[in-house]
Amino acid sequence: MENKNNWEPKIVAFLCNWCSYAGADLAGVSRTQYPSNIRVIRVPCSGRVNPFYIIKALQNGVDGVLVSGCHPGDCHYISGNLIARRKFALLKSFLEYIGIEPGRVQFSWVSAAEGGRFAQIIEKVTGEVKKLGPIKKMVKEF
Amino acid sequence: MIEKIKEVVKKLFKEDKIDIFIGYGEGTLPLRTTPCFITGPDNIEKLVWNSYCFNNLAVYLPRFFLPQLQKKDLKFPRIGILAKGCDGRSIVGLIKEHQIPRENLYIIGINCSGMIDIEKVQNAVYKMQEVEIVSAKEKSGKVLVENEDNKKVELKKEELLAEVCKNCQYTAPLIYDVLIGEEKRKTKEKERAAFIKEFEKKPLEERWKYFQEQVSKCIRCYACRQACPNCYCKECFADQTRPKWIGATENISDIMFFQIGRILHQAGRCVDCGACVRACPMGIDLRIFTYKLIEDVKEFFGYEAGISLEEAPPLATFKPDDKQEFITEP
Ligand code: SF4
Ligand code: SF4
Ligand code: SF4
Ligand code: FES
Repeated sequence: MENKNNWEPKIVAFLCNWCSYAGADLAGVSRTQYPSNIRVIRVPCSGRVNPFYIIKALQNGVDGVLVSGCHPGDCHYISGNLIARRKFALLKSFLEYIGIEPGRVQFSWVSAAEGGRFAQIIEKVTGEVKKLGPIKKMVKEF
Repeated sequence: MIEKIKEVVKKLFKEDKIDIFIGYGEGTLPLRTTPCFITGPDNIEKLVWNSYCFNNLAVYLPRFFLPQLQKKDLKFPRIGILAKGCDGRSIVGLIKEHQIPRENLYIIGINCSGMIDIEKVQNAVYKMQEVEIVSAKEKSGKVLVENEDNKKVELKKEELLAEVCKNCQYTAPLIYDVLIGEEKRKTKEKERAAFIKEFEKKPLEERWKYFQEQVSKCIRCYACRQACPNCYCKECFADQTRPKWIGATENISDIMFFQIGRILHQAGRCVDCGACVRACPMGIDLRIFTYKLIEDVKEFFGYEAGISLEEAPPLATFKPDDKQEFITEP
């Protein structure tokens, strides 16, 4: 049984290969500490992240989702992240509208040089998801 | 109006401008019409125009222009279609998404005076569905209905209008070949989004409860999808097996996935025609969710569906300074 006091959230992080993933790598090799709650899924671009992946992750019981890509203007594919930004703006607003806590699904821009910032963001997201507690909405229970 | 419509259709056939005309025909039940496909000048008399022509006819168009038909060297037909404001906007969407060629269409735009919500008639006269309505007649803003016991009731059309029609913003299509009908009907279009604002004010948990309540009624019959002109996908995500997005279960989480998925797929495309709501046999309040996306798309990207043929669809483009307050530490 999971003990409520030492419950740790599980967070899926979709990281763009060209920036945030390398940023995470940099945080690693620089030995910057950050919470070990994230499970990384490497994607070629933040634009590759279908909103369905996020909903599916929630359905499968992850407590939080983070999508992180290159800063606007720095996308390896020029505008993948800018198109993604539109999709995510709608998705985030819609999920909140139907009553899913806004902290559960988050988006960020982290470059390959920002190891420290990557650690900070993970810290922040993990803290927020922890406060929300285990996910109940949307989860598929058998 | 119907005489004018028939006249135009007759002329179109006579001048050999169209092969098929899509309009409305008499329904088999009172208060209903059925889509009517006319293939020659002889059947034009079948056409009707009344306050029950609520189907969005655009839904029938994509199937005439499937790429495999062209591959077989079959020529695409030239189609004439009757279009209310909402149908017209759906047609624009389909042209923009390259599902139907503009040059094969002859759009008879009609300035719509609003369609009646059958449920409102039933609720106004009797307790719903307890008594059958055997006939309905329309005359100058009044609807006269008669039930099986010969009880007659006269109702004002205005009070029976469907929710989507009450505050309709575009009563006539913006893109058409001819336009029939008087001037634009006055509607309370400013109040359109009031119900969204109202819902947004509710606490998070209450909103979730409502979403859950509505979704739990869904039997996944997919009628909402079938009725929607935007849902022309050859294989809908709901039917896909690789990846399998939705389990073949009654689990509410799977139903939620379908609902969220379908509604998100309407982003920047939904014209608020109400076809999905009418098609739903479970009376689910789908509009409160689809309309939220209409509002957001307008607010975030300044875009409205079905208005222009030139403007790029909102999710196929971007602006460098698009809204990004939602990003964690931007
Ligand atoms: S989602 Fe519903 S209201 Fe929107 S275009 Fe489709 S059928 Fe019409
Ligand atoms: S719900 Fe989405 S995938 Fe399914 S038919 Fe409609 S647009 Fe296509
Ligand atoms: S029409 Fe209604 S019951 Fe059928 S799938 Fe759509 S929402 Fe569910
Ligand atoms: S390549 Fe990093 S977001 Fe597009």
